Amino acid sequence: MRRRVVLKAGLVLMSTATAAAIMRPVGAAARVLRGGAGKWIARETPPPVPVDPSKRIFFTPQEENLVKAIFDQLIPADDLSVSASDAGCVVFIDHQLAGSYGKASSRFKGGPFQEGTPEQGDQSKLTPADIYKIGLAEMNDHCRKMSGKAFEELPAPQQVEYLEAMEAGKFTYKTIKSSELFTQFLTNVQEGFLSDPVYGGNRNMVGWRMIGFPGARYDYRDVAELKGQRLEIEPVSISDRI
Amino acid sequence: MDYTRPKADAVIVGLGWAGSLMAEELTRAGLNVVAIERGPWETTSVNFPPAIAADELRYGVRREILKPPSVETLTFRNDSSQTALPGRDWNSWQMGYSVGGAGKHWAANAWRFSVADFQMATRVRERYSNMKLADGLIVQDWGITYDELEPHYDRFEKIAGISGKAGVINGQVQAGGNPFEGSRRNEFPTPPLVRSHWNDIFHDTTEKMGYHPFPIPAGTIGGAFRNPLGIELAPCTYCGFCGFYGCGNFSKSSPNICVIPALTQRSNFTLLTECTVLRINKSKDEKTVTGVTFLDSDGNIGYQPADIVCVSAYQLDNVRLLFLSQIGRPYDPTTGEGTLGRAYNYQTMSYGFLYFENEYMNPFISTGALSTQIDDFNGDNFDHTGLGFLGGAGIQALSDQGTPLGMTDRLPAGTTQWGSAWKKAFAHSYQNYAKIQGQGTSYSHRGSYLSLDPTYKDANGQALLRMTFDYNENDRKMSSFVRGKIDDICKQTGAKSWETVSFPDKHNSPFRPYDSSHTIGGAVMGLDPATSVLNRYQQHWDAHNLFVLGASSYPNNGGYNPTGTLSALTLWTAKAIIDNYVKSPGSLMR
Amino acid sequence: MKTSIKKTLGITALAGGIVVAAGVGVIEYNLHRDYPMTITVASGDALKAKIARGQYVAFAADCAACHTVPGGASYAGGYSLDTPFGKILASNITSDKETGIGAWSEQQFNRAVRHGIGSHGYLYPAMPYTAYAKMTDQDIDDLWAYIRTVPAVDKAVVENQLPFPYNQRFLLAGWNFLFFHTGVFEPRKSLNPEQNRGAYLVEGAGHCAACHTPKNALGGDSSGHAFQGGTLQGWYAPDLTPNPYIGLGGQSVADIVTYLKTGSNKTSVASGPMTEAVENSTQHLTDADLHAIVTYLRTLPASSTSVPIVLAANDPRMLKGKLVFQAACMACHVPNASGIPNMIPAFAKNPIINAPDPSSLIHTVLRGMLGPQTWQNPTGAGMPRFDWKMPDDNMADVLTFIRNSWGNAAPPVTAAMISQMRKNIHADMWSGIKKPENGLN
Repeated sequence: MRRRVVLKAGLVLMSTATAAAIMRPVGAAARVLRGGAGKWIARETPPPVPVDPSKRIFFTPQEENLVKAIFDQLIPADDLSVSASDAGCVVFIDHQLAGSYGKASSRFKGGPFQEGTPEQGDQSKLTPADIYKIGLAEMNDHCRKMSGKAFEELPAPQQVEYLEAMEAGKFTYKTIKSSELFTQFLTNVQEGFLSDPVYGGNRNMVGWRMIGFPGARYDYRDVAELKGQRLEIEPVSISDRI
Repeated sequence: MDYTRPKADAVIVGLGWAGSLMAEELTRAGLNVVAIERGPWETTSVNFPPAIAADELRYGVRREILKPPSVETLTFRNDSSQTALPGRDWNSWQMGYSVGGAGKHWAANAWRFSVADFQMATRVRERYSNMKLADGLIVQDWGITYDELEPHYDRFEKIAGISGKAGVINGQVQAGGNPFEGSRRNEFPTPPLVRSHWNDIFHDTTEKMGYHPFPIPAGTIGGAFRNPLGIELAPCTYCGFCGFYGCGNFSKSSPNICVIPALTQRSNFTLLTECTVLRINKSKDEKTVTGVTFLDSDGNIGYQPADIVCVSAYQLDNVRLLFLSQIGRPYDPTTGEGTLGRAYNYQTMSYGFLYFENEYMNPFISTGALSTQIDDFNGDNFDHTGLGFLGGAGIQALSDQGTPLGMTDRLPAGTTQWGSAWKKAFAHSYQNYAKIQGQGTSYSHRGSYLSLDPTYKDANGQALLRMTFDYNENDRKMSSFVRGKIDDICKQTGAKSWETVSFPDKHNSPFRPYDSSHTIGGAVMGLDPATSVLNRYQQHWDAHNLFVLGASSYPNNGGYNPTGTLSALTLWTAKAIIDNYVKSPGSLMR
Repeated sequence: MKTSIKKTLGITALAGGIVVAAGVGVIEYNLHRDYPMTITVASGDALKAKIARGQYVAFAADCAACHTVPGGASYAGGYSLDTPFGKILASNITSDKETGIGAWSEQQFNRAVRHGIGSHGYLYPAMPYTAYAKMTDQDIDDLWAYIRTVPAVDKAVVENQLPFPYNQRFLLAGWNFLFFHTGVFEPRKSLNPEQNRGAYLVEGAGHCAACHTPKNALGGDSSGHAFQGGTLQGWYAPDLTPNPYIGLGGQSVADIVTYLKTGSNKTSVASGPMTEAVENSTQHLTDADLHAIVTYLRTLPASSTSVPIVLAANDPRMLKGKLVFQAACMACHVPNASGIPNMIPAFAKNPIINAPDPSSLIHTVLRGMLGPQTWQNPTGAGMPRFDWKMPDDNMADVLTFIRNSWGNAAPPVTAAMISQMRKNIHADMWSGIKKPENGLN
C-alpha cells in the first residue's frame, strides 16, 4: 500500500511539473494545485518527536546540576507534586535548547542590532541556547565569588535568597541581566511542568494533575452543562498509552 | 523574471477568508482565477487533527501555525521621533502562514460592526455637533452603509455556520440577542454555544445591573450545518485549543473547511502555493495593473498576468505590497497629505482580571469565542454628549483561556510567581480566575501611520513595513470610561479581588500580553480620493483593476473583531466586480 | 486505492490460475471465443448523443480509475500497480495513434474490453473484462464512440513489466478457460425491468463483485456467496446483501442511493477503496440507475451471518476501550457515536462497524483517510491517522468497544490483528527517527 501511496504522490508532482514546464523556460511554481483535478494532497505535519529521557543532548553535567538546583527551587517537591527535575523539566529544557527553540529559529535576526525602548521588545542577538550557555556560566561565577560555593551546593534557604535577588535584578552579571536570566528559567521550568509529556517534562502529567487540567482532550460537550462543579477528569497526553 | 504563466481573468494574492470568498464568487461567475499563497496547502486531518493540534507548547507558546518573524516582521516605534526597530520575537502581529491564513488560527469571534461604525463622521455631525474631537483625530465615513453590507454579512454567516442569537430581525428586537445590533434579515445559522460558568455569572450580574447580555457571534459552530456551498460543518466541542490552533474536528469556521473544498472542484481555479508575491505590476501608463510578480518555492521569479488583481493578504501585508509596488501616494504625517499608510488604527483594550474564592470555573471547557457580552457601552450605542470622546467597547466575559501555560501568572496581585507558594496559588487560581475584556473602538490619528522601513529588510531583500503608532487622547478617555464600567461589573460579580487595566495608560507595545492582534487600516476605503486609497467598492482610486480586500480598508475599528466585516466587504466587492466591473471595466464610481 | 484492489484482484486470481492453468494454457490458447458487434456508426446529433452515452458508460465502468493517473491527462494510462509478481501499468487508451489506441478498430476495442484480448495478446485480468463481457453491444459501441473523442496524448506505456514467467500472456488463456464466462447480460424473468437494469450495472460495467464477492482459493468468485463481502489487500468490502445487521438491510433504499451519489449518508461515509469508486464512478450515475442498483441488491438472498453475543460492558477490554474512545474518537464521532450526517460516520447501526472482518476499521484507524469528495457533497472530511501514536492494545480495545456498544455486537479485535496489519501496510509507531512520508493516502 505504502509504495503505491508514495508513487501516487510522486506522479501528481511529476505531472504538475511537466505541465508547468511547458509554459516557462526555467524553474516553476512547483506546488500548483488545480481545481477539478482530484483531491489536493497536503504535506503531512509531523507529530512531535517523543523525548528520550535517558539522553542529555545540550547541557554538560555541570550545567545540568545547576539547572536542576535552580528548577527545583522554582518548582520544589511538596505535598502538591514532585519537584521540577523529577517531573522531567530538566530533560525537557535540555531537548528544547538543542532544537529550534534553542536556536530561536522563528526570531527575526536581521541587523543592525541596537537598543530600543522597552516597547520595542528584546533586540539582543542572544538565542535561548546562548542565554543558557552564557547565563549559567556567569551565574555560577557570580555565586562562587559571592558565597564561595556553587549554587547547587548552597543550603536551600540561601538558594531561595539568591533567586529572589536575581528575580529583583539585584545582581550584575557580565552580559546577561540577572532578572532576565531568572525569567528565562521560570518560563522554561513552567513550560516543562505544564506542556505535554511527549516533550519530556510533566511526567505522569503531574503538572496537569496539580491544577486539574485534563490535557490533550478534545471534547467537553458531555460536561459543558455541569457548571461550577468539580469535575474529576483523568488527563490524557498526546502520545501516552491510555 | 524567469517565467510567465498563462494570463488569468483574476489573480488573488493570499488565500485567507477574503481571498477564498472572492475566489468562490469569481469562479462561480465563470472567471478563470489564479490564487497565490505564501504558505502550503493544509487540511484538517493531515495537518492539525486533534492528536496533533491539542498541544499548547507547540501551537499556543511556540506558535507553530503562525508566520514567524524570521520570515517577515515589522519595525515599530511609538512616534516619528524614534528609530523604528524590528519586532524580533512573537508579538501581537499574528499572521497566518499557510492556505487559510489567519482564518485558520483565529479565535472565531464573528461580528458585524454596528450601524454607526461605518458613518462616524456623519454621526458626529448629526448627533454631537458641539463635540470637540481630540486634536489630530481622524474620523471619516467608509462610503458604505450597514444596510448595504447586510446581505453580505448574512451570506458570510451562512458560509461559516456562525453560531449566535439574533438581537434584531427586520427591525424587531429579539429576546436574548444584542438589542443594539443593526437589523438582520435572518437568525444565525447555528444556535449559540452552551455558556460557561463564568459566562453565566457575568450574564446574571450584568442583567441585574440593567444591561443587555447576549452570546457573541461565534465561528465555533453551534451545531451540524450544511453551508450554501454544500459543505458540511461540525459542532464545536469546547476543547479549548482554539485561537492559535487549527481546529481538528471541522467545528471552527475557516476558509479551509468552509470554502476551499468547493474551490478544489472548480476547473477554473488554480492555486499556487509556497509562492510569495513580491509586487503588483503596473501598466506603462500606470493607470491599471497587469498582474503580480512572485517568488516560487524553487527560488524562481514568476509573473502572473491578470485582468483583475485582488490583494487579500493580511492587513499589514496588503499595505506593504502597495508600498513595494509604488501604487498610490504615501502618507506624509508632516503635511497630512497622501493616503497610503494613513489612518492606521488598532483596537483599544481594557480588562478586568478577577479572582474568585470557591468556584470551579473549569476553564478548559472553552472556545476562542465562548463569550457573553454587553454592548451597552459599545460604539455609539450610548449618548456621548459631554463625555469628550467617541466610541466605546464591547464588554465581555471571555472564556477563551483554559490551557495552563497561558495562565501561570493569572494570580491575585502580590502573589509570588514560583516556589511552593506559587504552586498553591496557581492550583487555586486555575479554577478561580476569570476575565472581562473591553474590546474597544479605535480612531486613527494624524501621527499614526504605516510606511516602509528605511533600514530593515526581509529575507528577499525587500523593505519591512514600519509601524508608527501610539494611543491618542480619544483612546485614553474612552478606555478609561470603559475600565470604569468594567470595574462596576467586577464589584457585582462576587469576585474576591480584581484588577482593571486600560491599555492606553501606557505606550503601545506589540509585546504587551493580552493586547489585540487587530491591526487595522492603512489603505482605507472612502468617498474622497484625498483621504482614502480605495473607493467604496475597495477598488483602488489610481488603478481601476486593482481591488484591496481586508481590514486595511477600515478607516476606524469597531469595538468588535474584524473578520466578519472584512468577509462581508469582500462579498460586496465581488458583487460589484461580477455585476458591473466585468461588463464594463473602469472605475465603479460612475 | 480502489483501483489497486481491482487490479490486484486480477493478479491474485492470476496467482492461483497461473499455477493450475499453465499447462492448460498452452493447449487452450486459441479456444477463447469471440462474438461480433451488431451496431452501426451514427453521425451528427445522433453521434453527439452516442458520445454522451459513451461517456456515461465510461463512468459506470470506472475506466478512469485505472487509465487516468490522478492529476494527469485523462485516459493516458501509466497508472502503476505493484503486485507480488511485478509491475503492471494501465494502458494509454487515448486516441494517440502511436502510444494510445487511435489506430484501433472498434472490433479490436471490443475484443479488449469484452474478451480480454489486446494488441499484444491476452490481457491480464487486472482489466475486469470478465465483468465487462456482460455489457451490451450498444454500450460498447457508445463507449467506443466516446473513447475516440478523448484527446490524443503521446505517452508510451510499457504495460507488462512482469518478470518471467508471469509476463507470458498465453498463460492467461488457461485462466480464462477456468474463470471467464463470456456472454452479454441476459435479463432475468425473476426480476422487474428496474431490477434487471440494476443487475446489469452491478454485474457488468460496475464490476462490484470484484471486491464485494469473496474469492475461492483460485481467485474465482466463491459460489453461493455473491456480494456477501470480501477482503482484499487489507480492506474488507462489506456485505451488499439485505442482511439487516452486516449488510445493507438496515439502510433505506434512499440512504444507499445518497451514499452512492455523494459518498456518505446519515450513517455511513465511504472509506478505503470505495471512496474512489464513488468519486470516479457512482456519483456520475443518474438517480434512476443508482436506484436500480440498490433495488437489484435488495433482491439478493441475505447472507446468513447472525448477530453474535455482545461483549459485556464490564469486560476489561470494553472498559479500556471506552477510555480510548473518549480521548481519541468522540470529538469527531460524537459522544453518543451518532457521527455527523453526510460527513462523519456513525458507529451505531453502521454495518461496516459490525462486519465479521475488522480489516477496514483497523486500516482506517492506522492510516487515516481523506474523505470522499463529490459534486453533491464537496466536504471531504478526513480521518486522521493513529498509527504513529496509538499502541496496539489501545487500538484493539477501542475497536472492540466500538464494535460492542450502542447496540453493536461483533467479534473482538486483538492486538495481534493490529500488529499484523501494521506489518502488512507498513504503518509503524512514530519514534521520530524517520521522517514521515508526505501525503496521507
